Amino acid sequence: MAGTAEFTPKIVAFCCYFCAYSAADLAGSMRLQYPSTVRVIEVPCSGKVDPLMLLEAFLAGADGVYVAGCMEGDCHFLRGNFRAKKRVLATKRLLDEIGFGGDRLEMFNLSGSMGPRFAEIAHEMTERIKKLGPSPLRRAGVSSGALTAAGQPGKEGEQA
Amino acid sequence: MIVAERKPMADIKDMLAGRKNVLIVGCSECVTVCQAGGEKEVAVMAAALRLMRETDGDPIAVETETVTRQCDPEYLEPLQKKVAACDCILSMGCGVGVQFLAEKFTATWVVPALNTRFAGGTVEAGVWEERCGLCGECVLHLTGGICPVIRCSKSLLNGPCGGSQGGKCEVGKGEIKCAWQLIYDRLKGLGRLDLLLQPMPPKDWSRAKDGGPRRTAREDAQL
Repeated sequence: MAGTAEFTPKIVAFCCYFCAYSAADLAGSMRLQYPSTVRVIEVPCSGKVDPLMLLEAFLAGADGVYVAGCMEGDCHFLRGNFRAKKRVLATKRLLDEIGFGGDRLEMFNLSGSMGPRFAEIAHEMTERIKKLGPSPLRRAGVSSGALTAAGQPGKEGEQA
Repeated sequence: MIVAERKPMADIKDMLAGRKNVLIVGCSECVTVCQAGGEKEVAVMAAALRLMRETDGDPIAVETETVTRQCDPEYLEPLQKKVAACDCILSMGCGVGVQFLAEKFTATWVVPALNTRFAGGTVEAGVWEERCGLCGECVLHLTGGICPVIRCSKSLLNGPCGGSQGGKCEVGKGEIKCAWQLIYDRLKGLGRLDLLLQPMPPKDWSRAKDGGPRRTAREDAQL
Protein backbone atom coordinates (compact mmCIF):
# COMPACT_ATOMS: atom_id res chain seq x y z
CA MET A 1 0.00 0.00 0.00
CA ALA A 2 1.30 3.43 -0.88
CA GLY A 3 2.40 5.66 2.01
CA THR A 4 1.64 9.38 2.03
CA ALA A 5 5.11 10.24 0.60
CA GLU A 6 4.53 8.30 -2.63
CA PHE A 7 0.78 8.65 -2.53
CA THR A 8 -0.90 8.89 -5.92
CA PRO A 9 -4.57 9.61 -5.40
CA LYS A 10 -7.40 7.93 -7.24
CA ILE A 11 -9.99 10.53 -8.08
CA VAL A 12 -13.32 9.95 -9.77
CA ALA A 13 -14.80 12.84 -11.73
CA PHE A 14 -18.46 12.69 -12.74
CA CYS A 15 -18.47 14.99 -15.76
CA CYS A 16 -21.52 16.42 -17.47
CA TYR A 17 -21.58 15.57 -21.19
CA PHE A 18 -22.45 19.16 -22.13
CA CYS A 19 -19.62 20.91 -20.32
CA ALA A 20 -16.88 19.19 -18.31
CA TYR A 21 -16.71 16.15 -20.58
CA SER A 22 -16.31 18.41 -23.62
CA ALA A 23 -13.84 20.53 -21.65
CA ALA A 24 -11.80 17.39 -20.96
CA ASP A 25 -11.86 16.70 -24.68
CA LEU A 26 -10.71 20.24 -25.38
CA ALA A 27 -7.96 19.96 -22.77
CA GLY A 28 -6.76 16.90 -24.68
CA SER A 29 -6.90 18.68 -28.05
CA MET A 30 -4.97 21.58 -26.54
CA ARG A 31 -2.35 19.12 -25.31
CA LEU A 32 -2.82 20.37 -21.77
CA GLN A 33 -1.19 18.31 -19.08
CA TYR A 34 -3.31 17.21 -16.15
CA PRO A 35 -2.75 14.48 -13.58
CA SER A 36 -3.55 10.90 -14.51
CA THR A 37 -5.12 10.57 -11.05
CA VAL A 38 -8.49 11.59 -12.47
CA ARG A 39 -10.87 8.95 -13.82
CA VAL A 40 -13.61 10.61 -15.83
CA ILE A 41 -17.13 9.21 -15.84
CA GLU A 42 -19.47 10.80 -18.36
CA VAL A 43 -22.97 11.60 -17.16
CA PRO A 44 -25.77 13.07 -19.29
CA CYS A 45 -26.13 15.94 -16.80
CA SER A 46 -24.58 16.63 -13.39
CA GLY A 47 -28.17 16.35 -12.13
CA LYS A 48 -27.93 12.63 -12.86
CA VAL A 49 -25.52 12.23 -9.95
CA ASP A 50 -27.09 11.14 -6.69
CA PRO A 51 -25.56 10.56 -3.23
CA LEU A 52 -25.42 6.80 -3.72
CA MET A 53 -23.19 7.14 -6.82
CA LEU A 54 -20.81 9.34 -4.85
CA LEU A 55 -20.68 6.98 -1.85
CA GLU A 56 -20.22 3.95 -4.12
CA ALA A 57 -17.21 5.65 -5.72
CA PHE A 58 -15.61 6.03 -2.29
CA LEU A 59 -16.51 2.44 -1.42
CA ALA A 60 -14.83 1.33 -4.64
CA GLY A 61 -11.60 2.88 -3.38
CA ALA A 62 -11.64 6.47 -4.60
CA ASP A 63 -9.60 8.90 -2.49
CA GLY A 64 -11.51 11.84 -3.87
CA VAL A 65 -14.60 12.43 -5.97
CA TYR A 66 -15.86 15.47 -7.77
CA VAL A 67 -18.83 16.42 -9.86
CA ALA A 68 -18.30 18.84 -12.72
CA GLY A 69 -21.38 20.51 -14.14
CA CYS A 70 -22.25 23.49 -16.30
CA MET A 71 -21.89 27.08 -15.15
CA GLU A 72 -24.81 28.11 -12.96
CA GLY A 73 -27.66 29.25 -15.18
CA ASP A 74 -26.25 27.42 -18.20
CA CYS A 75 -27.43 23.85 -17.49
CA HIS A 76 -28.63 22.14 -20.66
CA PHE A 77 -31.51 20.76 -18.56
CA LEU A 78 -31.99 24.12 -16.82
CA ARG A 79 -31.59 23.10 -13.18
CA GLY A 80 -29.61 19.86 -13.15
CA ASN A 81 -26.44 21.51 -11.88
CA PHE A 82 -28.31 23.17 -9.03
CA ARG A 83 -29.72 19.80 -8.03
CA ALA A 84 -26.23 18.30 -8.19
CA LYS A 85 -24.93 21.14 -6.01
CA LYS A 86 -27.51 20.38 -3.32
CA ARG A 87 -26.85 16.64 -3.46
CA VAL A 88 -23.10 17.12 -3.29
CA LEU A 89 -23.55 19.42 -0.29
CA ALA A 90 -25.81 16.88 1.46
CA THR A 91 -23.33 14.09 0.74
CA LYS A 92 -20.43 16.22 2.04
CA ARG A 93 -22.39 16.66 5.28
CA LEU A 94 -23.04 12.92 5.47
CA LEU A 95 -19.34 12.17 4.89
CA ASP A 96 -18.44 14.57 7.69
CA GLU A 97 -21.04 12.94 9.93
CA ILE A 98 -19.56 9.49 9.46
CA GLY A 99 -16.00 10.71 9.98
CA PHE A 100 -14.87 10.01 6.41
CA GLY A 101 -14.43 13.69 5.58
CA GLY A 102 -16.57 15.82 3.28
CA ASP A 103 -13.48 17.57 1.88
CA ARG A 104 -12.84 14.55 -0.28
CA LEU A 105 -15.90 15.49 -2.33
CA GLU A 106 -16.40 18.65 -4.35
CA MET A 107 -18.58 20.25 -7.00
CA PHE A 108 -17.17 22.38 -9.83
CA ASN A 109 -18.80 24.41 -12.56
CA LEU A 110 -17.29 25.03 -15.97
CA SER A 111 -18.30 25.29 -19.61
CA GLY A 112 -17.38 23.14 -22.59
CA SER A 113 -14.93 25.79 -23.80
CA MET A 114 -12.96 25.77 -20.56
CA GLY A 115 -10.33 23.14 -21.33
CA PRO A 116 -7.65 24.91 -19.28
CA ARG A 117 -10.05 25.13 -16.31
CA PHE A 118 -10.69 21.39 -16.56
CA ALA A 119 -6.95 20.75 -16.26
CA GLU A 120 -6.74 23.27 -13.42
CA ILE A 121 -9.53 21.50 -11.51
CA ALA A 122 -7.77 18.16 -11.96
CA HIS A 123 -4.59 19.69 -10.48
CA GLU A 124 -6.52 21.45 -7.71
CA MET A 125 -8.35 18.31 -6.64
CA THR A 126 -5.24 16.15 -6.87
CA GLU A 127 -3.34 18.56 -4.61
CA ARG A 128 -6.21 18.64 -2.12
CA ILE A 129 -6.46 14.86 -1.93
CA LYS A 130 -2.68 14.51 -1.66
CA LYS A 131 -2.83 16.76 1.39
CA LEU A 132 -5.71 14.74 2.87
CA GLY A 133 -3.85 11.48 2.25
CA PRO A 134 -5.26 8.13 1.14
CA SER A 135 -8.90 7.33 1.76
CA PRO A 136 -9.45 5.78 5.21
CA LEU A 137 -10.57 2.66 3.34
CA ARG A 138 -7.26 2.32 1.55
CA ARG A 139 -5.33 3.11 4.70
CA ALA A 140 -7.20 0.32 6.44
CA GLY A 141 -6.56 -1.93 3.45
CA VAL A 142 -10.23 -2.69 3.13
CA SER A 143 -10.94 -1.17 -0.29
CA SER A 144 -12.62 -3.56 -2.66
CA GLY A 145 -10.00 -2.54 -5.24
CA ALA A 146 -12.65 -1.84 -7.85
CA LEU A 147 -10.50 1.06 -9.06
CA THR A 148 -7.46 -0.52 -10.59
CA ALA A 149 -3.87 0.65 -10.61
CA ALA A 150 -4.39 1.79 -14.19
CA GLY A 151 -7.03 4.09 -12.90
CA GLN A 152 -10.00 2.68 -14.74
CA PRO A 153 -12.95 1.06 -13.06
CA GLY A 154 -12.64 -2.67 -13.50
CA LYS A 155 -12.69 -6.01 -11.79
CA GLU A 156 -10.82 -6.55 -8.56
CA GLY A 157 -7.15 -7.14 -9.11
CA GLU A 158 -7.35 -6.15 -12.76
CA GLN A 159 -4.14 -4.60 -14.03
CA ALA A 160 -3.40 -2.08 -16.74
CA MET B 1 -48.60 9.40 5.77
CA ILE B 2 -46.26 8.94 8.69
CA VAL B 3 -43.37 11.36 8.29
CA ALA B 4 -39.97 10.37 9.64
CA GLU B 5 -36.39 11.55 9.33
CA ARG B 6 -33.03 9.85 9.67
CA LYS B 7 -31.38 9.86 13.07
CA PRO B 8 -27.92 11.41 13.29
CA MET B 9 -25.29 8.92 12.13
CA ALA B 10 -23.58 9.23 15.53
CA ASP B 11 -26.70 7.75 17.17
CA ILE B 12 -26.87 4.96 14.61
CA LYS B 13 -23.17 4.28 15.15
CA ASP B 14 -23.75 3.92 18.91
CA MET B 15 -26.73 1.62 18.41
CA LEU B 16 -24.70 -0.65 16.14
CA ALA B 17 -21.56 -0.71 18.31
CA GLY B 18 -20.18 -4.21 18.46
CA ARG B 19 -22.51 -5.51 15.73
CA LYS B 20 -20.75 -7.17 12.80
CA ASN B 21 -23.58 -8.17 10.54
CA VAL B 22 -26.53 -5.87 10.06
CA LEU B 23 -29.68 -6.22 8.00
CA ILE B 24 -31.14 -2.87 6.96
CA VAL B 25 -34.87 -3.14 6.35
CA GLY B 26 -36.63 -0.38 4.44
CA CYS B 27 -40.35 0.15 3.91
CA SER B 28 -42.10 0.99 0.63
CA GLU B 29 -44.92 2.97 2.21
CA CYS B 30 -44.88 6.33 4.02
CA VAL B 31 -41.14 6.53 4.65
CA THR B 32 -40.49 6.02 0.95
CA VAL B 33 -42.67 9.02 0.14
CA CYS B 34 -41.01 11.23 2.77
CA GLN B 35 -37.63 10.00 1.48
CA ALA B 36 -36.44 8.67 4.82
CA GLY B 37 -36.54 4.89 4.59
CA GLY B 38 -37.33 3.68 1.08
CA GLU B 39 -35.18 1.54 -1.20
CA LYS B 40 -32.96 4.47 -2.16
CA GLU B 41 -32.40 5.64 1.40
CA VAL B 42 -31.64 2.05 2.42
CA ALA B 43 -28.92 1.85 -0.25
CA VAL B 44 -27.43 5.16 0.87
CA MET B 45 -27.54 4.04 4.52
CA ALA B 46 -25.83 0.75 3.61
CA ALA B 47 -23.04 2.58 1.79
CA ALA B 48 -22.67 5.17 4.56
CA LEU B 49 -22.57 2.47 7.25
CA ARG B 50 -19.90 0.51 5.41
CA LEU B 51 -17.85 3.67 4.84
CA MET B 52 -18.23 4.70 8.48
CA ARG B 53 -17.22 1.37 9.92
CA GLU B 54 -14.37 0.83 7.49
CA THR B 55 -13.09 4.32 8.32
CA ASP B 56 -13.14 3.27 11.97
CA GLY B 57 -11.23 0.09 11.12
CA ASP B 58 -14.15 -2.03 12.27
CA PRO B 59 -15.84 -3.30 9.07
CA ILE B 60 -19.44 -4.35 9.14
CA ALA B 61 -21.28 -6.69 6.77
CA VAL B 62 -24.44 -5.05 5.48
CA GLU B 63 -27.42 -6.75 3.87
CA THR B 64 -30.46 -4.82 2.67
CA GLU B 65 -34.11 -5.49 1.96
CA THR B 66 -37.04 -3.17 1.41
CA VAL B 67 -40.43 -4.68 2.16
CA THR B 68 -43.84 -3.60 0.93
CA ARG B 69 -44.98 -2.67 4.45
CA GLN B 70 -43.21 -3.19 7.75
CA CYS B 71 -46.51 -2.74 9.61
CA ASP B 72 -47.96 -5.95 8.17
CA PRO B 73 -46.55 -9.25 9.48
CA GLU B 74 -47.12 -11.09 6.19
CA TYR B 75 -44.53 -8.90 4.45
CA LEU B 76 -41.94 -9.66 7.14
CA GLU B 77 -42.19 -13.43 6.71
CA PRO B 78 -39.86 -13.57 3.64
CA LEU B 79 -37.13 -11.87 5.71
CA GLN B 80 -36.60 -15.02 7.84
CA LYS B 81 -33.48 -16.19 6.03
CA LYS B 82 -31.70 -12.84 6.03
CA VAL B 83 -32.65 -12.20 9.65
CA ALA B 84 -31.18 -15.57 10.67
CA ALA B 85 -27.88 -14.55 9.10
CA CYS B 86 -27.58 -11.16 10.82
CA ASP B 87 -26.86 -10.10 14.39
CA CYS B 88 -28.93 -6.92 14.25
CA ILE B 89 -31.76 -5.37 12.25
CA LEU B 90 -31.64 -1.65 11.47
CA SER B 91 -35.20 -0.69 10.61
CA MET B 92 -35.71 2.25 8.31
CA GLY B 93 -39.45 2.09 8.84
CA CYS B 94 -41.46 4.24 11.23
CA GLY B 95 -41.81 3.33 14.90
CA VAL B 96 -44.57 0.89 13.98
CA GLY B 97 -42.29 -0.96 11.58
CA VAL B 98 -39.53 -1.24 14.17
CA GLN B 99 -41.98 -2.78 16.65
CA PHE B 100 -43.49 -5.19 14.15
CA LEU B 101 -39.99 -6.37 13.23
CA ALA B 102 -39.13 -6.80 16.92
CA GLU B 103 -42.37 -8.72 17.53
CA LYS B 104 -41.79 -10.95 14.54
CA PHE B 105 -38.12 -11.70 15.13
CA THR B 106 -38.02 -12.13 18.89
CA ALA B 107 -34.45 -13.45 19.00
CA THR B 108 -32.93 -10.59 17.00
CA TRP B 109 -31.95 -7.13 18.21
CA VAL B 110 -33.88 -4.46 16.29
CA VAL B 111 -32.92 -0.77 16.29
CA PRO B 112 -34.51 2.28 14.62
CA ALA B 113 -32.64 4.34 12.01
CA LEU B 114 -35.37 6.97 11.91
CA ASN B 115 -37.09 9.37 14.25
CA THR B 116 -40.83 9.12 13.58
CA ARG B 117 -42.15 12.68 13.52
CA PHE B 118 -45.81 13.09 12.63
CA ALA B 119 -48.78 12.31 10.39
CA GLY B 120 -48.61 14.75 7.52
CA GLY B 121 -48.17 15.33 3.83
CA THR B 122 -45.92 16.83 1.17
CA VAL B 123 -46.46 20.59 0.81
CA GLU B 124 -43.67 20.98 -1.76
CA ALA B 125 -40.83 18.77 -2.98
CA GLY B 126 -38.69 17.97 0.04
CA VAL B 127 -41.01 19.64 2.58
CA TRP B 128 -43.49 17.77 4.75
CA GLU B 129 -45.94 19.23 7.23
CA GLU B 130 -48.09 17.86 10.02
CA ARG B 131 -51.80 17.73 9.28
CA CYS B 132 -53.40 15.22 11.66
CA GLY B 133 -53.13 14.93 15.42
CA LEU B 134 -54.64 11.41 15.46
CA CYS B 135 -57.11 12.59 18.13
CA GLY B 136 -59.58 9.83 17.35
CA GLU B 137 -62.58 12.16 17.01
CA CYS B 138 -62.45 14.13 13.78
CA VAL B 139 -63.97 17.63 13.71
CA LEU B 140 -62.90 18.60 10.18
CA HIS B 141 -66.55 18.76 9.05
CA LEU B 142 -67.03 21.69 11.42
CA THR B 143 -63.88 23.58 10.53
CA GLY B 144 -63.84 23.62 6.75
CA GLY B 145 -61.32 20.81 6.45
CA ILE B 146 -58.65 22.56 8.53
CA CYS B 147 -57.68 20.76 11.72
CA PRO B 148 -57.64 22.98 14.82
CA VAL B 149 -56.30 20.13 16.95
CA ILE B 150 -52.93 19.95 15.24
CA ARG B 151 -52.64 23.12 13.20
CA CYS B 152 -53.52 25.45 16.09
CA SER B 153 -50.49 25.57 18.38
CA LYS B 154 -52.81 25.46 21.39
CA SER B 155 -55.22 22.91 19.85
CA LEU B 156 -58.06 25.34 20.54
CA LEU B 157 -61.49 24.11 19.51
CA ASN B 158 -63.02 27.57 19.77
CA GLY B 159 -60.37 29.97 18.51
CA PRO B 160 -58.57 32.07 17.66
CA CYS B 161 -56.66 33.26 20.70
CA GLY B 162 -55.01 36.65 21.22
CA GLY B 163 -51.77 35.36 19.75
CA SER B 164 -53.14 35.51 16.22
CA GLN B 165 -51.60 38.51 14.46
CA GLY B 166 -51.98 39.20 10.76
CA GLY B 167 -52.95 35.59 10.13
CA LYS B 168 -49.83 34.24 11.85
CA CYS B 169 -49.44 32.37 15.12
CA GLU B 170 -47.38 33.90 17.91
CA VAL B 171 -45.60 30.54 18.22
CA GLY B 172 -42.54 30.20 16.01
CA LYS B 173 -40.95 32.90 13.89
CA GLY B 174 -43.92 33.79 11.75
CA GLU B 175 -43.86 30.62 9.66
CA ILE B 176 -46.96 29.12 11.31
CA LYS B 177 -50.29 30.24 9.93
CA CYS B 178 -53.08 30.76 12.48
CA ALA B 179 -55.34 27.73 12.02
CA TRP B 180 -58.38 29.67 13.16
CA GLN B 181 -57.69 32.46 10.67
CA LEU B 182 -57.49 29.78 7.97
CA ILE B 183 -60.72 28.22 9.23
CA TYR B 184 -62.49 31.60 9.27
CA ASP B 185 -61.30 32.51 5.78
CA ARG B 186 -62.33 29.17 4.35
CA LEU B 187 -65.75 29.10 6.01
CA LYS B 188 -66.36 32.69 4.87
CA GLY B 189 -65.44 31.75 1.31
CA LEU B 190 -67.80 28.81 1.44
CA GLY B 191 -70.60 30.84 3.04
CA ARG B 192 -70.62 28.67 6.16
CA LEU B 193 -69.67 31.14 8.89
CA ASP B 194 -72.77 29.88 10.71
CA LEU B 195 -70.71 26.89 11.79
CA LEU B 196 -68.67 29.20 14.02
CA LEU B 197 -71.77 30.31 15.94
CA GLN B 198 -72.04 26.93 17.61
CA PRO B 199 -69.37 26.52 20.31
CA MET B 200 -67.59 23.19 20.19
CA PRO B 201 -67.87 21.12 23.37
CA PRO B 202 -64.70 19.68 24.97
CA LYS B 203 -63.33 16.68 23.09
CA ASP B 204 -63.25 13.17 24.45
CA TRP B 205 -59.48 12.89 24.82
CA SER B 206 -59.77 9.27 25.96
CA ARG B 207 -60.04 8.52 22.25
CA ALA B 208 -56.64 10.16 21.72
CA LYS B 209 -53.29 8.86 23.00
CA ASP B 210 -54.15 9.71 26.60
CA GLY B 211 -56.39 6.66 26.85
CA GLY B 212 -53.57 4.13 26.46
CA PRO B 213 -52.64 2.19 23.31
CA ARG B 214 -55.54 2.31 20.88
CA ARG B 215 -56.99 -0.60 19.02
CA THR B 216 -59.58 -0.87 16.29
CA ALA B 217 -61.24 -4.20 15.56
CA ARG B 218 -63.73 -4.87 12.79
CA GLU B 219 -65.45 -8.20 12.95
CA ASP B 220 -66.35 -8.16 9.26
CA ALA B 221 -62.71 -7.73 8.31
CA GLN B 222 -61.50 -10.54 10.53
CA LEU B 223 -60.97 -14.04 9.20
